[in-house]
Amino acid sequence: MNFQTPKGMNRRHFMSHLAGASAMAASASMLTQTVRANATELVKNQKAAILLWMGGGPSSIDIWDLKPESSNGGPFRPIATNGDFQICEHMPLMAQQMDKMSLVRSMSTREADHTRGRYYMHTGFTPNPNIKHPSYGSVVAHELGADRNLDIPAFVSVGGNSEGPGFLGMSYAPFRVDANGRVRNLDMGIPVNRMNQRTLALQMMEEKFIKQNRGPAAIEHAKVIDKTLSLMTSKQMEAFRVEKEDEKTRERYGTHRFGRGCLLARRLVQAGVPFVEVNLGGWDTHDNIFDRLQNQKLPELDQGMSALLEDLSLRGMLDSTAVICMGEFGRTPRINGNTGRDHWARSWSVAAGGAGMKPGLAIGETNEDGTKVVGQSWTSQDLMATVCKSLGIDLSKTFMSGNGRPMKIANGGKIITDLI
Amino acid sequence: MLNQYWAPQAVIKFSLQAFVVVTFAALWLGSGADVNAQQASKVSFKPPAAGAIPSQVSRINELIERDWTEYELKPSNEASDGEWCRRLYLDVIGRTPTVPEVTAYINSKEENKRLKLVEKLIYSDDYTEEFARYWTNIWTNLLIGRTGGTDDDSMINRAGMQKYLRDSFAREKPYDRMVSELITATGTTSPDDPKFNGAANFLIDKVNAEDATLATSSTTRIFLGLQVQCAQCHKHPFNDWEQETYWQMNAFFRQVKAFRKGMESESGANAELADQDYSSDHRRDFSEAEIYFENRNGIMQVAYPVFVDDTEIPRSGLVKVVNRREKLAELITSSKYMDRTIANRMWAHFLGYGFTSPVDDLGPHNVPSNPELLDFLADEFRTAAKHDLRELIKWIALSKPYSLSSRRNKSNQSDDPTLGVSPRFSHFYIRQLQPEQLYESLLVNTASASKGNYEQQEERKSRWLQQFNRAFGTDEGGESTDFNGTIPQILMMFNGEMVSEATSAESGSVINRLVASGDSPQNKVNKLFLAGLSRGPTSGEARMAASLIKAQSKKTAEGFRDVWWVILNSNEFIFNH
Repeated sequence: MNFQTPKGMNRRHFMSHLAGASAMAASASMLTQTVRANATELVKNQKAAILLWMGGGPSSIDIWDLKPESSNGGPFRPIATNGDFQICEHMPLMAQQMDKMSLVRSMSTREADHTRGRYYMHTGFTPNPNIKHPSYGSVVAHELGADRNLDIPAFVSVGGNSEGPGFLGMSYAPFRVDANGRVRNLDMGIPVNRMNQRTLALQMMEEKFIKQNRGPAAIEHAKVIDKTLSLMTSKQMEAFRVEKEDEKTRERYGTHRFGRGCLLARRLVQAGVPFVEVNLGGWDTHDNIFDRLQNQKLPELDQGMSALLEDLSLRGMLDSTAVICMGEFGRTPRINGNTGRDHWARSWSVAAGGAGMKPGLAIGETNEDGTKVVGQSWTSQDLMATVCKSLGIDLSKTFMSGNGRPMKIANGGKIITDLI
Repeated sequence: MLNQYWAPQAVIKFSLQAFVVVTFAALWLGSGADVNAQQASKVSFKPPAAGAIPSQVSRINELIERDWTEYELKPSNEASDGEWCRRLYLDVIGRTPTVPEVTAYINSKEENKRLKLVEKLIYSDDYTEEFARYWTNIWTNLLIGRTGGTDDDSMINRAGMQKYLRDSFAREKPYDRMVSELITATGTTSPDDPKFNGAANFLIDKVNAEDATLATSSTTRIFLGLQVQCAQCHKHPFNDWEQETYWQMNAFFRQVKAFRKGMESESGANAELADQDYSSDHRRDFSEAEIYFENRNGIMQVAYPVFVDDTEIPRSGLVKVVNRREKLAELITSSKYMDRTIANRMWAHFLGYGFTSPVDDLGPHNVPSNPELLDFLADEFRTAAKHDLRELIKWIALSKPYSLSSRRNKSNQSDDPTLGVSPRFSHFYIRQLQPEQLYESLLVNTASASKGNYEQQEERKSRWLQQFNRAFGTDEGGESTDFNGTIPQILMMFNGEMVSEATSAESGSVINRLVASGDSPQNKVNKLFLAGLSRGPTSGEARMAASLIKAQSKKTAEGFRDVWWVILNSNEFIFNH
């Protein structure tokens, strides 16, 4: 071999590939197991967040903040929970888990179209044509992912694309998988040493182009290659194999995609992944809302989310894992002519808990017909600041965006004090 | 006006077959000169004012250079011949140049060789098929999205949309006519139906649901660069558009309905888009056909069709009296906004960024970074080019900013739109190949390039592309792609089916034939670099290639596979630079 010594990118990583062949030999496996046993303890205390993203904008007035006395209320009845409040009758399993979650019933935001709302609720910033802000997952991956010896991405999005890393760069981008945890194209189908020869040669090419000063995109490409290589050869990929769970567990979570996604999220957090987003779409209910909620959306949400909370709690992981359930906005309190509800950002609810956030509380309230928040209201950046705080992320820290503008984590949001 | 240059369809079909044969045969083993000679002999016409650099080019340069002076930016050096040739092939016909193509260009000593190459790619019969295919892909994605027609519930026939666009681009249809046809289309979506009108696919899924909300927002955004959709529910956050502005535009789309046709046709969904008389359910008055919308306080308001520039049309809902979509098409095609939008889009296509961000938001709140240049391009597109897209392509592709290297210097490093500043185009901004460009670039270097007819090839491509795409399933028709430089994309390039096939050494494959050719080992490596990167290897790269080949000892083909794999996975390959 006549390769130049690899520089830049990640030398440790490329060296580990060269060592890869021998590491696979049996002698190393005993040691690995011992390390693993210790790691389990460690992972228990590692902070993480799971965002249950309800794409399309869930009707929180029909789920978390019912108005049975108002003409806006719709047909659903509230039921008691083991928390300090009532929720929708079609969430019976969640009603038994509300001692672990709280509701913020006083969200008030301004972005009522999907693209803008999705961006805003994921980043804490309103969209700006000149700068792309990092999303929740990228921020958390950036802050918590570094010291964990993770070979797999620190930000995984299950069943949807989430929002991007913005100026933090492509190496903090969400890694998207479907709910089966299937990762395609993992195998190069050639011996490890030949793969190493290829990748070393590739690194040389990458570096040459980068040195020609072609801009940040070229550098990001090299970084993502490095991340890909570490993932391809990692035992941690086991975390994606949701089919390894026993049948009872899988049934408890539900055989639908959202349920499997929640189970996958738990496995990933166990493996040390600090941020997982699980997508459940289809909430854009402009028509026929009550039928769609009762017969499609709520049963899935109820089963998957309740299983996740129960499971995290039983495993002692809930104290270190934040769970947030929200979409881009709520829906109009007034029911429209097509028995639907339209986009509504002014007064709506999210659910949040775990990682030390106070459970079982309903924070804030809306007026009788759900059209206004009464008293203090909260924004996306407030919620994000609160979640970050629960994860132990330093909120006084600022990122430098590409053009040297300092940006506060969570856009300087206020802590929702009742939650912490 | 263009028939004198473009033969009827039958002849185009013939040249498609000829193209496949010629290009593929010449791909690796043929000499560049042969291909060139064949191509030259097939150019059977003179495009308007061929041979001279259009006067628009110098005005573009002037207006761009003014910016450089003002912002104290020293432009980068010119890109090398190979780099320029590579980007032109990618941006005009959607793939990298083959070895003979790039060699011919690099070796050419002709005067105005850039102009000659641009004209060859946009006018020559040899490239008609690829030109039309590429722009069809772009416009299909623009008009119905990357996922349009792939869902079972959809009435869109994707093949039908593509057929319409392919015919339009192959026959050099003026842009204003295409826009008008898309907005006013009636007929069915499937090519198998006797009433087929592929243009109907644009609106077929957008008119029935929610009072044609999607038709309204897509039409104004795509053709006028105006994002009125925010005003659907509330006053536009950044400008003066009221909710009423939105609904007045929406009123143009109330005389049209989509009807699903019972039987699925062979090529997928089939549905009919038809005009029908309109009156409101409240008053049932066809002569004064109002629409209603609900303002923020839940109060119903009335609107009639009024264009964004306040032009009103008669209020009748009877199609025979006033065809609202036809009126809308007239208003759009005579609007300055249409010219500015397409000029901005084309500029962004070639230079990586438009004069506004996003490229399809030219509303009054979003001031373009070089308004004078944008207006110049827009005006010339209407007056000088008569809405011929190929003229616009020519001006931009021959401009100075398009010719610059993507290597930045000390003075223009700050000219980086990813940092949140307006682009000044003082160097070429590198950008990832679009998935379609990648696919075609791999394909042109793959043994299976000639497998199957046009429809089968497109079907295969479409299947491959779908792995990256997701629809959000909301009323804004949003969707996202995985093909954005993330791990799944790298995995696909490392180990995916397409790249495995491209790097295969099986009998008949490119590697197999390369190895079997009489070329020296150095020449073989040289060809691989030219095929992927439009340049030969540096001495370091040649050594790298030699060691990879040596490492596979006697199995030379395996070594070349490794070299080719490395090239295809490099940033230099995946970026249009």
